[in-house]
Amino acid sequence: MIVRRLAFAGPLVALLLACTFFALQSPRFLTGANLSLVLQQVMVVGVLAIGQTLVILTGGIDLACGMIMALGSITMSLLAVKHGWHPAVAIAGGMGVTTLAGMVNGLLVTRIKLPPFIVTLGTMNIAFAVTQLVSRAQTFTDLPPLLTCLGHSVRVANTPIAYGALAMLLLYGFAFVLLRETAAGRHVYAVGNNLESARLAGINTNRLLLSVYMLSGLCAGVAALLSIARTGVGDPQSGQTENLDTVTAVVLGGTSLFGGRGLVVGSLVGALIVGVFRNGLTLMGVSSVYQILVTGVLVILAVATDQWSRKS
Amino acid sequence: MRIPALLRLPPRRLLALAIPWFVACSPKGDEKPVIGLITKTASNPFFVKMKEGAEQAAAAQGATLIAAAGRSDGDNAGQVTAIENLMAAGAKAILISASDSKAIVPAINKARDAGILVIALDSPTDPVDATDALFATDNYKAGQLIGQYAKARLGATPAKIATLDLIPGHPTGAQRHNGFLSGFGLPSYEKTRNELAQPPEVVCMTDAMGDQAKGQTAMENCLQAHPDINVVYAVNEPSAAGAFNALKNAGKEKGVLIVSVDGSCRGVQNVVYGALTATAQQYPLRMAELGVEAAMTFIKTATKASGYVDTGVQLIAKDSVAGVASLGAEKALGLCWGDK
Repeated sequence: MIVRRLAFAGPLVALLLACTFFALQSPRFLTGANLSLVLQQVMVVGVLAIGQTLVILTGGIDLACGMIMALGSITMSLLAVKHGWHPAVAIAGGMGVTTLAGMVNGLLVTRIKLPPFIVTLGTMNIAFAVTQLVSRAQTFTDLPPLLTCLGHSVRVANTPIAYGALAMLLLYGFAFVLLRETAAGRHVYAVGNNLESARLAGINTNRLLLSVYMLSGLCAGVAALLSIARTGVGDPQSGQTENLDTVTAVVLGGTSLFGGRGLVVGSLVGALIVGVFRNGLTLMGVSSVYQILVTGVLVILAVATDQWSRKS
Repeated sequence: MRIPALLRLPPRRLLALAIPWFVACSPKGDEKPVIGLITKTASNPFFVKMKEGAEQAAAAQGATLIAAAGRSDGDNAGQVTAIENLMAAGAKAILISASDSKAIVPAINKARDAGILVIALDSPTDPVDATDALFATDNYKAGQLIGQYAKARLGATPAKIATLDLIPGHPTGAQRHNGFLSGFGLPSYEKTRNELAQPPEVVCMTDAMGDQAKGQTAMENCLQAHPDINVVYAVNEPSAAGAFNALKNAGKEKGVLIVSVDGSCRGVQNVVYGALTATAQQYPLRMAELGVEAAMTFIKTATKASGYVDTGVQLIAKDSVAGVASLGAEKALGLCWGDK
């Protein structure tokens, strides 16, 4: 039990240690503005990681989330700029497309019983190709203000905090309550622990899995809006490394890749660890290759801790 | 080359597989010579422009152009398949923008042994003489042009430079970076070196992979460490656009020089808007035209093109400075690639 707790406390301790280290190294690190910046830098991956956590908790994986996000952001900007739709409708359209893409993943997993790895590998490629075709590989600029408003910030105690970062924290709150307090949330863990026994216990596993993949699609839609808000453009080249970035965040956050164990807020901590190292090492003037090196070491440490706690 | 964000995707050979079909289905009888064009991707606007130019030039000269591409930058297997299929299709000449400068060489050797003229466009192979000729932008020179311009604009003010680079070990990224520093008058490495020089004036050196979002994140972090940065070099225009966003959010977009390389329509428009101080424009259309011309010469007279041909690079800036020749952004818009 103690070891199991450690698996969840571990990421938080690692984050705090990293923060302490960088605070000692650079006087610029521990300022409100800088920490708010890190939060803003992880908001896209952070929101995608919520969906990824849900999928991984059921024992699956979503390799398509980044590309689906790109498809969503292109849909939104295309509808708003080229077709002149009201921005709110364009946003809804983009989220509809990403949720639909998630539904396709879910249907392929539950109805045709294909492994999630293969399904999402396929839809990742499809989403990429459709994004390139629809956008003609061009970036959309001059977007209406409603699409970029989440990139603006509100001043709290003289520190600017992006609305998008607040939206991410809010979504983590939702996901936390959903997983902890609702029957459906407990069923996610049950399905991840043992699909067959969950089904025998009367859980409609197909419907549950389908809704998990659809939620992941919806998260990709929200992330699409955040990515537009952050960069100010609809970029068909976005989202290309986000799938593995989210898996990294989820694993660093202590969620087991085998499903059934983990905390959704852990993924936020995981995303923050990556963001803090990227920021802190730049402040120290260290080459960005070392950030990748550190991330690699931490991922292995995180999975090793998971395995270790599983054995005992 | 407009450097796309790097994909980590499985190779895609479908496009290449389609070539024999295309040839088999074309009407027989007309003995038009076949010229092949293999680009890194089919979607990148840079290569779209290149293909356009090659198709027009081939049509004007009475040849058939067959275009193929890898799925993503780095898809070597797809390009190898494309070479094999073009050989099967009876191509007399192949123009190729190699995704992997080393790994493509054995396939190119096979084609050349079969008597096919192979010309590298945009990207050299390693070794360079694996192809008959190379028609490409001089990336080191492109870097030097924007370096000279930035230095002239900055004048006597001490430079605090941030560089947003590509990925470690990429020749294009190294040539542009080192060229920029050399043009700026700082100690730098020679053209052939694949490492990045870092004189003390470069206060923040970071990899942004040519991606806009990553460029923004990198610039934000650089600004946290060094709020007084006054020159930004970005390896391509998307990462430069990210840097401008970061500066704007920090309220520092005035007075910081941002220079980059590419000359895409979006980049040139950013020069017009003032979001980009200067860029070095390259010309994919010209690479393609010269390539097709060389191919036709070979087909008609069996004379092979050889060596390196610089396809030109031009400094684009809104405000010209004394001693550095530059082209106005409005003129450059007529020469840019991508949607306007």
